[in-house]
Amino acid sequence: MKSVLSVRGLDKRFGAVVAADALSIDIAAGQKVSLIGANGAGKTTFVNMVTGYLKPDSGSIALDGMDIGRRSPRNVARLGISRSFQIPQLFIELTAAENLAVAVSGMRTQTLSFHSPAEAQGRHDKAIELLERFGLADLADRPISELAGGVRKLVDIAMALVRRPKLLLLDEPTSGVSAEEKFATMDRVIHAVAPDAATIVFVEHDMEIVSRYADRVVAFYQGRILADGDPRQVLNDLEVRRYVTGGAR
Amino acid sequence: MMKQGLHPLGMIGLVIAATLVGRVLPTWTLSLATIAASNALIALGIVVLARTGNVSFGQGLFFAAGGYGVALIANASGITDAVAQVIIGAVCGGVLGLVIGPLISRYSGIFFGMLTLALSMVLYGALVKSSALGGSDGFNVGRPSLFGMIFTDPREADFMLYAVSVITTGFAGIAAAILFRSELGLVSLAVRENNLRVEYLGISANRIVTINFVIAAIFAGASGAFALMAQRHIDPQFAYWTTSGEFVFVAVLAGYQSVAAVFVASLALELVRSFSNLYLPNTWQLVLGVFLLGVILFLPRGIGSLWTRDRRKKKNSTATPASAERGVVL
Repeated sequence: MKSVLSVRGLDKRFGAVVAADALSIDIAAGQKVSLIGANGAGKTTFVNMVTGYLKPDSGSIALDGMDIGRRSPRNVARLGISRSFQIPQLFIELTAAENLAVAVSGMRTQTLSFHSPAEAQGRHDKAIELLERFGLADLADRPISELAGGVRKLVDIAMALVRRPKLLLLDEPTSGVSAEEKFATMDRVIHAVAPDAATIVFVEHDMEIVSRYADRVVAFYQGRILADGDPRQVLNDLEVRRYVTGGAR
Repeated sequence: MMKQGLHPLGMIGLVIAATLVGRVLPTWTLSLATIAASNALIALGIVVLARTGNVSFGQGLFFAAGGYGVALIANASGITDAVAQVIIGAVCGGVLGLVIGPLISRYSGIFFGMLTLALSMVLYGALVKSSALGGSDGFNVGRPSLFGMIFTDPREADFMLYAVSVITTGFAGIAAAILFRSELGLVSLAVRENNLRVEYLGISANRIVTINFVIAAIFAGASGAFALMAQRHIDPQFAYWTTSGEFVFVAVLAGYQSVAAVFVASLALELVRSFSNLYLPNTWQLVLGVFLLGVILFLPRGIGSLWTRDRRKKKNSTATPASAERGVVL
């Protein structure tokens, strides 16, 4: 199957700390890949390098065969990689619809309009359509500062989805969500992402979420890939149980 | 943000009304209102820029560029028309803003503020040392005219300047109100809150800051032209940090959410300054300081928050209770 993302020999060090050690990975179109690992294993560093926030010390990152390893987050987003954040990165004084409208403005190729109203019909409709997908349309006019953590997570993911990315990276989509709500939240995410058929890579600590939603699991340990493959096989791997899940399964 | 403000036609009506009111105002209030309008124009630019999260402590740079540009061109070519001088001032400020904006937009927060302050003080130092520009004493310019008419009657001259400043500042206010409600205005607020997320959405935050910076520079240049016409004299004080500080003072009083608040704040400052200067000549700065403290304590988001907060509350009260409940659960 064709690879959307192809990473080869990625290295990243912060002083003595090895955050990525010769990482190589291919992610095929349409896959739902979960990245697991203890804190400091290198998952978020990997996401930050793929999205252009961190530059690798060496190695290459290719999106659909195009090298993106030295590009800025803005360029990477324009080429088709979007991300959400462990702590939702929203504009908290703006409403949910306005947050989405800003994301819709990001799709423009010309200079932003000086006079076209911010709530112009096309932009507003697109924002509402995305909020509807996540079941949040009736919260469109609420400022983010008044919304609960779980809703903020969903708005954050909705913003990442605006560009209809080829690759969607979700950093702990259910962290901060109550145990009762985590499956409902993840169901909503998977349901909302489905129409765009994006390839999804999600960082996750909750092994129940991983085993239910991922069709491939990559386990990180000290900047290296410890195991990569079918969720059942990876989660039962002795080294993964020892260094990552701590015998969680 | 500002979705239900006054319609632009209503604003034009207000500008015309404010201009006509000048006909019946006492002469001393005309010059006060002219200064208030001129200060409001430059403070409006600071507010436009502040919506991206950056405050310029050196708008005196563009204020002086506009003033000196107009003065030099007027003395060299004899252009005395007030409207032409405002345009020249705006162009001088805008061109300088275009040169500096792309460089300075890479910085934010206190670094941005200090860099603008440093640049204005560099210009101040250069002007003080420049004998060709009159050094620290500056130089004089002729009386402004309007469309070929020369005003010898002081009241008529004051009214002409009042009318041109109110109309120019009024139209700048209308343009700013449209800008605040626009796509660029919304994204500017997003840059203010989280410029990295804006980049992750494929938008250049630096470009947004640069555009707002140039708009602020244009307003400052035009304001410098008004100050020159009102005083018929220019000196390096235009670029001095205390001059810039006064404009920031107006912007802080106003807050960043409302255009009307900038005009209210500028007028309030001039009134407080005039009356406290009259009745408490040695302690008027103290009165001014207490006034600012009061605004910061009771209206930390500026005078504009008085009405923008009410609007937001009204809007939110229409949200369905069911949504609110679900929001809490999730």
